[in-house]
Amino acid sequence: MKKLSIGAAVLLFSLPAGAALAAEGKELPERDWSFSGIFGQFDRGAMQRGLQVYREVCSGCHGLRFIAFRNLGALGYGEDEIKAIAAEYSIEDGPNEEGEMFERPGRPPDRFPSPFPNDKAAAANNNGAVPPDLSLIVKARTGGADYVHGLLTGYAEPPEGLEILEGQNYNLYFPGNVTAMAPPLFEDAVEYGDGTPATVERMAMDVATFLAWTAEPEMEERKSMGIGVMLFLLVFTGVLYAVKRKVWADLH
Amino acid sequence: MNGLTITALVKWVDHRLPIFSLLNEELNEYPTPRNLSYWWNFGSLAGIVLVIMIVTGIVLAMQYTPHVDYAFDSVERIMRDVNYGWLLRYIHMNGGSFFFALVYIHIFRGLYYGSYKEPRELLWILGVVLFLLMMATAFVGYVLPWGQMSYWAAKVITNMFSAVPLIGDYIVTWLWGGFTVGNPTLNRFYSFHYLLPFVIIGVVILHLWALHRFGSNNPLGIEAKGPQDKIPFHPYYTVKDAFGLGVFLVLFAAILFFAPNALGEPINYVEANPLVTPAHIVPEWYFLPYYAILRSVTFDIWFLSAKLIGVVLMFGSSLILFLMPWLDRSPVRSARFRPAYKMAFWVLVFDCVVLGWVGANPPEPPYLYIGQVATVWYFFHFLVLVPLLSLPALDRPKPLPVSIGEPVLKGGGAASAGAPAKPMEKAP
Repeated sequence: MKKLSIGAAVLLFSLPAGAALAAEGKELPERDWSFSGIFGQFDRGAMQRGLQVYREVCSGCHGLRFIAFRNLGALGYGEDEIKAIAAEYSIEDGPNEEGEMFERPGRPPDRFPSPFPNDKAAAANNNGAVPPDLSLIVKARTGGADYVHGLLTGYAEPPEGLEILEGQNYNLYFPGNVTAMAPPLFEDAVEYGDGTPATVERMAMDVATFLAWTAEPEMEERKSMGIGVMLFLLVFTGVLYAVKRKVWADLH
Repeated sequence: MNGLTITALVKWVDHRLPIFSLLNEELNEYPTPRNLSYWWNFGSLAGIVLVIMIVTGIVLAMQYTPHVDYAFDSVERIMRDVNYGWLLRYIHMNGGSFFFALVYIHIFRGLYYGSYKEPRELLWILGVVLFLLMMATAFVGYVLPWGQMSYWAAKVITNMFSAVPLIGDYIVTWLWGGFTVGNPTLNRFYSFHYLLPFVIIGVVILHLWALHRFGSNNPLGIEAKGPQDKIPFHPYYTVKDAFGLGVFLVLFAAILFFAPNALGEPINYVEANPLVTPAHIVPEWYFLPYYAILRSVTFDIWFLSAKLIGVVLMFGSSLILFLMPWLDRSPVRSARFRPAYKMAFWVLVFDCVVLGWVGANPPEPPYLYIGQVATVWYFFHFLVLVPLLSLPALDRPKPLPVSIGEPVLKGGGAASAGAPAKPMEKAP
């Protein structure tokens, strides 16, 4: 009976996920992520390189509005390094005593400034398409990090007969296959501080790892807490089963 | 000395307000059929999840901002900056899914074992009321994070009322509090999302009151014949429910900690945008069968629009449960002794799963046709099959056991056969 009920629950839960995957076109290549699986942790090196790719490539068009500089401690940066990174940004503050808005260097509690003041400005600068904020992008797309990696490496020649308009690009994994985003990564687009060769594949993996963290900064704490909770619950449920057997023994 | 004063105090209070006697009678001594299977765990599990939902919900409400410009950001603030906010929100978000899973199993258990039959019709009706309240609460709650799917779900569901002839458009404007889904809509949804759970608690109390009038049904579906058929609720069922709770929590924790977004739609992590319609608007998994029924009607009938018929069928698919005690006239409760009804039951379960699968897919062939067949079958089951299978000529019941104790107690048949056939009832 118990097995049946669990089976029924699993069946119910597995329905929508399978259907969602089936709705997409070309199958995303699955990558081996440092953070997948119940023991998965973010690769700190990949995160730091991913931050660099975001800052030097993506941030020209894409915001990261839910991430504050102070959060970068999770990537392994110390307080001074975070202050230094924040200070490289100019943040609008105010109004001051005269009622004027002013620009000042960023501080750790500030968030990453978005590249455009509003969606209209973003669309006007990008062929009418609004580049989405990337804070949650890994959670907001079917396929998650695999999708981000697939999109960044999925630019290809359009199939015979497909007319691609000026300012549009063919991509294997973008829904509809035509995107206004020009291929953002090319060999050595950034120069990694740790000497890692900046291949397109490497940069796509790194920035996807970084964005997986921005989407789920709680993931490592969540999984480690989950392992503790599961171990406790399994033992506790086992004890409850033994107690149940003992209490019911005189009835059977 | 200390123990003595507490006992005295309890006696003093109980004499004036017999709450301790009530708790003792209803939770401790409460005579319960001795043969309840694990399928009888789901009611108490649903009650526990209700409490979990209310507690996490109250705490989340302390950090949530019900405003179209701030709702999405305030949820992200909970996820990122509030201590254990991610845990609270993931419990609440996945708790909704698990709540529905438990209640669906609870309802199907009632259908299988005939728990809606005399004298438990009101108990069943109150249960259906709870189910409807729960669906309303889940829907308005889903809108609160103000993601893309939140917004478009609100739009699609409220727009269904425009199918009402003549006054439909006025009703929709009235529901919205404006001319589109906007801030007044979000505010009233938040208000209802906080109110309805307490209404649910009220109806749960009535549901339990009605339950304790005659006690639980049981897998054999026959009434208890005497004390040998019943056992006190505590410790037998408290421990059995506790073990069931443990199993439930293991499953819940597995999703909660390792795949907290597996049951949701990714697009709901994109903030609501009235100018961009998502490619596929789909509800959460627990509403997919209803969505399939709604979309299966693609043709007008006479002066009735396809939309109106779809909406009526969708609501009707839940409301039809109210009639179950009168649609099923068979005096035999448990499907164990009704071979044809048992088969029809499992076909209905399969039919509901098919409807869910159709609801997750776009309304085009072949899904559309499969959905139409499944919708017809759903109503055929309740309106035709159930009444027909009530006739002994069409579904001859197997012989019922003499008493609950007989098949449970090995060799106890002789003892119970001599016992007077007097139902043991306990007035509350």
